[in-house]
Amino acid sequence: MITQTVFSSRPLVAVLISLLAVPVLLSCRTKDIRETWTFIAATLKFLVVASMLPLILAGNEIRFTVFDVLPGLPIAFRVDAFGMMFALVSSFLWIITSAYSIGYMRSLHEHGQTRYYCYFALSLSATVGVAFSANLLTLYLFYEMLSLATYPLVTHHQDQEAKSSGRTYLFYILGASIALVLPAMLFIYAKTGTLDFAAHGFMGGAFSKSTLLVLVLMLVFGFAKAGIMPLHSWLPAAMVAPTPVSALLHAVAVVKVGVFCVARVITGVFGSDLLLSFNLNTVVCTIASVTIIAASLIALSQDGLKRRLAFSTIGQLSYIVLGVALLSPYAVTGAMLHIVMHAFGKITLFFCAGAIYAASGVKNISQMVGIGRRMPYTMTAFLIGVLSVIGLPPCGGFISKWYLVLGTLQADKPVFLAVLLVSSLLNAAYFLPIVYKAFFCTDEEAQFKKKVDEVPIWCLVPLCITASISVILFFVPQPFLKLAQMGVQAFIGG
Amino acid sequence: MIRHLPALLVIVPLLTALTVSALSWVAPRLCLPLTFGCIGASLASSIGILVEVIKSGPVVYTMGGWSAPVGIVYVIDYLSAPVLVVVTAVALINLIASSKQIDRDFSDKKGTFYTLYILFVTGMVGIVATGDAFNLYVLLEIAALTGYSLIGIGHERAPLSSLNYLFIGTIGASFYLLGVGYLYIATGSLNMADLARFMAMPEHGTSTMVMFAFIICMTGLFIKMGLFPLHGWLPNAYSYASPASSALVAPLTTKVMIYAMIRVGLYVFTPAYVFGRLQVGGAMVWIAVAAIVFGSLLALAQKSLFKMLTYIVIAEVGYMVGGFFLGNRMGITGSALHIINDAAMTLCLFLAAGAITYRTKSDDFKDLKGLFHQMPFTMTAFTVGALAVIGVPPTCGFFSKWYLIIGGIQAGHYGYAAALIFSSLVNAVLFFRIFETAYFDQPGDGKGHHHGHHKHHKHKNKMVEAPVSMIVPLMITALGLIALGIYTGDIVTHVIQAAIPGGIA
Amino acid sequence: MEQIFTAMGAKYNYVAYIILMMVGLYAMIVKSNLVKKIIGMSIFQTSIILFYVSTAYKTGKTIPIVPYDAHAAVQAADFINPLPHVLMLTAIVVSVATLGVALALAMKIYRQYGTLEEDDIHEDLRSEEGKS
Repeated sequence: MITQTVFSSRPLVAVLISLLAVPVLLSCRTKDIRETWTFIAATLKFLVVASMLPLILAGNEIRFTVFDVLPGLPIAFRVDAFGMMFALVSSFLWIITSAYSIGYMRSLHEHGQTRYYCYFALSLSATVGVAFSANLLTLYLFYEMLSLATYPLVTHHQDQEAKSSGRTYLFYILGASIALVLPAMLFIYAKTGTLDFAAHGFMGGAFSKSTLLVLVLMLVFGFAKAGIMPLHSWLPAAMVAPTPVSALLHAVAVVKVGVFCVARVITGVFGSDLLLSFNLNTVVCTIASVTIIAASLIALSQDGLKRRLAFSTIGQLSYIVLGVALLSPYAVTGAMLHIVMHAFGKITLFFCAGAIYAASGVKNISQMVGIGRRMPYTMTAFLIGVLSVIGLPPCGGFISKWYLVLGTLQADKPVFLAVLLVSSLLNAAYFLPIVYKAFFCTDEEAQFKKKVDEVPIWCLVPLCITASISVILFFVPQPFLKLAQMGVQAFIGG
Repeated sequence: MIRHLPALLVIVPLLTALTVSALSWVAPRLCLPLTFGCIGASLASSIGILVEVIKSGPVVYTMGGWSAPVGIVYVIDYLSAPVLVVVTAVALINLIASSKQIDRDFSDKKGTFYTLYILFVTGMVGIVATGDAFNLYVLLEIAALTGYSLIGIGHERAPLSSLNYLFIGTIGASFYLLGVGYLYIATGSLNMADLARFMAMPEHGTSTMVMFAFIICMTGLFIKMGLFPLHGWLPNAYSYASPASSALVAPLTTKVMIYAMIRVGLYVFTPAYVFGRLQVGGAMVWIAVAAIVFGSLLALAQKSLFKMLTYIVIAEVGYMVGGFFLGNRMGITGSALHIINDAAMTLCLFLAAGAITYRTKSDDFKDLKGLFHQMPFTMTAFTVGALAVIGVPPTCGFFSKWYLIIGGIQAGHYGYAAALIFSSLVNAVLFFRIFETAYFDQPGDGKGHHHGHHKHHKHKNKMVEAPVSMIVPLMITALGLIALGIYTGDIVTHVIQAAIPGGIA
Repeated sequence: MEQIFTAMGAKYNYVAYIILMMVGLYAMIVKSNLVKKIIGMSIFQTSIILFYVSTAYKTGKTIPIVPYDAHAAVQAADFINPLPHVLMLTAIVVSVATLGVALALAMKIYRQYGTLEEDDIHEDLRSEEGKS
């Protein structure tokens, strides 16, 4: 399928833009200049990423080697369809989130805004770096960079709650990557002498089944950002962060980096043939399924809106892991698409949660009865987000879920079909009542006697945009569907 | 000129030291510039030699024209050239960074301090450059004696710790001397290259006397480098010394001793003997594992910054000893690479800790509150150093750890690999504990500040950053950690691979 | 057993240096007085010097000075090995320097704590820590 390899420094530029934005942001004197620069950096980054899209869609692959840090093992970038898709989504959503951040941070008068924007830019560098990694070492480098860059964001409030959440966050994320990913990576390198992702994996036949099983488990759990149970507790804890952080990082960038890494490892390191021949993918599927169901059940009982969203995210992430691990063409297509669809849906939900908090100071679902009348735009967007996450038309989420469902059948594993359906019902059960109560309630029930206005325009516009895109993606799933299909072609060749 | 550089590297500082000592009576203000010039020149010539070595191979200098094995030779090869650069660079950076500290702590003894400083560097440079086993002992003691004095010149508990260090250090050096004596009896030579030739003969390969020489030489070096369980002197000596001294002695002493171990192991006793014949590798790696685990755990138990750093040094010594005794190319590469990286990392952390104590007058954890706001630059550099010690890419600490762990896996020594991972995790806990205190807590506040409700509150604590002369070298070191990491590939292929004898797989 | 004794008799210089070394080590480890420790250290170093010098000795041979009127070719086997002596000259200088540094430190410690007994110093330190 791949017709040509293009050598270009554009992936490096895409990563560096937001990195270089950091000193610029630090030197800014006023808020306005700082925010302008954030926008400029975000837009430039998106444009650079998007400029590579035609090349990729034409079936090319872009490569760039930065440093030979270890002999024969460079820090190198490789842009393929899958990576492109992820980079496109995250860099696009950075623009939207920047706008939202401005509205949110200003209306709440948060402190340390320079630091906030700097680390945000840094996180995005790392995210795109992960998307474009050509080997496991580069992937690990950017993964760790992301862990560390998000720590000050998660603990932004610098109070005791932030401190303990930050501790949980690092304990899981950094701990798992050092204790599990690093040794697994070193072991693989010591035995195979390479870490370059290959379309069908590079592990060969040098490993016994039990060794492979251990390695798979170490890598799947080690990328704890994917939130696979039992290494998921960091995500609800990280919800102490300001909402734009939760929105972009904990609905899109960080968590998707986790599943992206898992997907890369499954396809690019082990390869579909090897996993299928030992039937190891079923193990991963089972783990993901348990997470899906358990997370949905826990989400039911959460009253904090952001916490409910967090558990929903944990479940949705495992959809992606499940899809990739099924290793049937439709399932992998669905999984890749779900990265995009869920990103737009969930970021809308987080934006709404933040908007509600910024406008009314309310964080808990039980206090949100009747809010739909006060904030009709926000809650409409919320409804769209909910539909997308549940996987109902006319939202993008339906397409990815459709492919996932088809994928379970194609892989001939109906058990996982049941998992998907049950979990969809649970999704509906924990999301729809919120929307229902927001709009339909008696006057006595309504919690908002005082007048609550819609949020500032800076907050409102972004969430409307992401909600509309969620809808648009249902009708026009390109270029993502094409990219996903190309990715599948490369990984599974079917 | 290049031809004479190996000798000049030792002789020039030696003479400058005497000049500085004399000057301190006449024109004390000239002491610092002269010291600076001398160490700067050493650094420049070290870099010159390194370039020369990379270009055209090892440089050998025969002292006084007496050729080996009768005369003393200085050999700058692929192994010693980079270590030379590290030694002189660390000394120069620390000199700039510590000049204020020296002014404050030793205003009446500045001349003496600078004399000792140069002599210490002379000794270290000599150890690295010499190609003679006995000469190594003499330079070892020059470096050690000045090291004791640099530590003992400090206040409070420093003299007592220094004396303890002196007792144990003397035993270590004497053991080395004794080992060299036995080696001399067995072979009749003191020249390292010559000794290596003798070692190839079967009668020496099997001799008990040579074995005894090996054991006792190595034990001496282990004492000197503070390898667990012979580390007792290290924590107190490094933590009670003046930061100006400890930031010089701590990065260099242990690392140069590791260098000496590699030098003696590979180029005197030869790998065929050490790894092939003696079979001590396995046992030594386990001792290294113990050192790593023990150092990490005790670091966890400390309540002050310098003490914690000293136990990290002990763990790092375990890294390098273990890497060497794995006996494979990857492990030894990692060990040699870690000499360079760890010297830089330790320097960075000790300088940062020095800058902190320069301002706060205390290195107790509870006095580190709010430091991210008060000393943002220092803490940034400290963070980079910490990440390097934890082993986060792209800092250099990650890459040496990479080689060491790969070496461990290839040798089938999973315990060692696990110990390294364990130590990384513990280091992460250690440093993030400090970050938490420095980031979240407010100074002068017993339980940490609760400001959940008024988070719009502006931080009132003013910035009280250390002087520029401290910050700049510190920042350079921190950037160096990243640069070293990025150029690991070049360092390994162009220098370290060439330093390891061909026979090692 | 007898073999060991003969071996020890034949190499009594080794026995002597090891005994001296142990005496030195004993003093360094067991004694509480710092000056006694320093003396122990000196004995320890001297034992190694003795070892070196004794290995140079050859029974019945002469000092390594070539006679002015030597007409036959000089045989190295006819002379005591001079090299260990030369080496030990350096080692003695080193040990004297070590002694100097050690005594200087001991003086500094005495001025600070008013005693040279290590136990008393540690007691001092402990009570200080207790106070702070």
